[in-house]
Amino acid sequence: MSENKRPLLLELKKVGKTFAEDIVALKDMDLRIHSGDFISLLGPSGCGKSTALRIIAGLTTPTLGQVDWKVNHGSGSIGVVFQEATLMPWATVEKNVWLPFRLQNKSFQETKDEIEHSLELVGLKEFIKSYPRELSGGMKMRVSIARALVTDPKVILMDEPFAALDEITRFKLNNDLLALRETIGCTIIFVTHSVFESVFLSDRIAVMAARPGRVIQELIVDEPYPRGETFRTSASYGIICRKTSDALKLSMEN
Amino acid sequence: MVHTDIQLDSSNHETSMGSTTGVVDRNELQKKRKERAEKIGKWVMPFIVFVITIWLWDYIVSSNEIPHYILPGPGLVVDTLIQDLGILFSALKVTLQITLLALAVAVIGGVGLAILFTQSKFVEISFFPYAVILQVTPIISIAPLIFIYVDNRMVGLLLCAWIVAFFPVLSNTTLGLNSVDHNLKDLFKIYEANRWQKLLHLQLPSALPYFLGGLRIAGGLALIGAVVAEYVAGTGGIGSGLAYTILEAGYRLNIPRMFAALLLIAGTGVLIFVLLSFLSHLLLHKWHESALEKET
Repeated sequence: MSENKRPLLLELKKVGKTFAEDIVALKDMDLRIHSGDFISLLGPSGCGKSTALRIIAGLTTPTLGQVDWKVNHGSGSIGVVFQEATLMPWATVEKNVWLPFRLQNKSFQETKDEIEHSLELVGLKEFIKSYPRELSGGMKMRVSIARALVTDPKVILMDEPFAALDEITRFKLNNDLLALRETIGCTIIFVTHSVFESVFLSDRIAVMAARPGRVIQELIVDEPYPRGETFRTSASYGIICRKTSDALKLSMEN
Repeated sequence: MVHTDIQLDSSNHETSMGSTTGVVDRNELQKKRKERAEKIGKWVMPFIVFVITIWLWDYIVSSNEIPHYILPGPGLVVDTLIQDLGILFSALKVTLQITLLALAVAVIGGVGLAILFTQSKFVEISFFPYAVILQVTPIISIAPLIFIYVDNRMVGLLLCAWIVAFFPVLSNTTLGLNSVDHNLKDLFKIYEANRWQKLLHLQLPSALPYFLGGLRIAGGLALIGAVVAEYVAGTGGIGSGLAYTILEAGYRLNIPRMFAALLLIAGTGVLIFVLLSFLSHLLLHKWHESALEKET
């Protein structure tokens, strides 16, 4: 399997998270992320998938277990895309994408090429001087992705990034995200509650269950990239969706 | 075959839509007319009210032969304003000086304290109640005490105006600094931003619209504070402001001058508000929703 070829990037070992009100958000979660993986965390709401992402991002500490990074990581080695575009409304598109560098005390001039390249990758080069309020929801999300990419991170965390968008925009962004990954070969951890989205995008799906949040099954989507509209309408896509859906159903009954 | 039919249909639909763009239905026409009327009315209506009021005022005064030491007519007020321009303007200069200085100190003090509050929750919960107490106690009741303890009259006036003006800056800026998008806060944490970077690049820009709202209120309040303090301070002579001019004119039954001074104070208040609104527009119109609505 592709898993063996790729070097291990980080590993969640028996990670648990209990909130102060005695709510067990995660319990004994094991997950291995390899360099170049596109892994989806799929599950019903309240299964702790966002909590797992926050722990990987370092926004919150695990109560139990540990996150084991196999590579050096620091500022800029993680890119994040939230459900909302989360842009600074007072800054232009290019200044928004500059933010990760700015926080590393790098000037706009010296990082201009990276910023432009990143915006070119998401197809927004003509809009670099625009303010966020002048952009559509999908375009704002592209800026958010460009910002996550700009530091050339080791892993990009995406927390239901397209959930708030309409279906046409979502399909388009799904296609573009895969094309982007073909170009730059990034590692992506993708949180979603959509079976179709997870199957279309990822090469591995961790199906999670709630109360307590944990991974109950890992599915491998053994379909070659690039994937496009033909994959979306193919028989194998339907079969994998069915399998994933069954796993999800099982997780809900648990 | 069916597919092309559908396409044909849709293209037909589009052209028919295209040909009707010149024609607007009655509802849209009404809406457009109303919008235009409101746009003109915004300027014309207050002006009409103004003219009618002045005319009515003049009519009442002249038809009832009201003596000018009770109610002067608008003409006499304007005459007095022109005649006493020297006295009035030097008084206005004093009041304006105190107002602007107080506003400046209110901004520095209010923003500074707000930043301190957001840096430490303990500082905020320790001191915020006292800021509220200072605000809710009427300035007119504190002012006499201030003039007992503060020898310098100017400093006393400034202190009074500052007490009134600084609270809206403080409370609005504190609110703004705390209203940062929580996802953006997470993002700053992920990129390992330090406290200073977070303040400079995230909290201060987020607080800007709130601060400007507070500043607009504070501008008017600083003027009120300066005028009230002058009333309490009461000392005349050189270097006294508009409030003292009103007080003195009142003692002499020079009612037209009282009106003229009043007119200047009101005008100054409006001017301060307009200038601060313009500043707010300049800083926000490119990105903030409040400015966006104003444009359309």
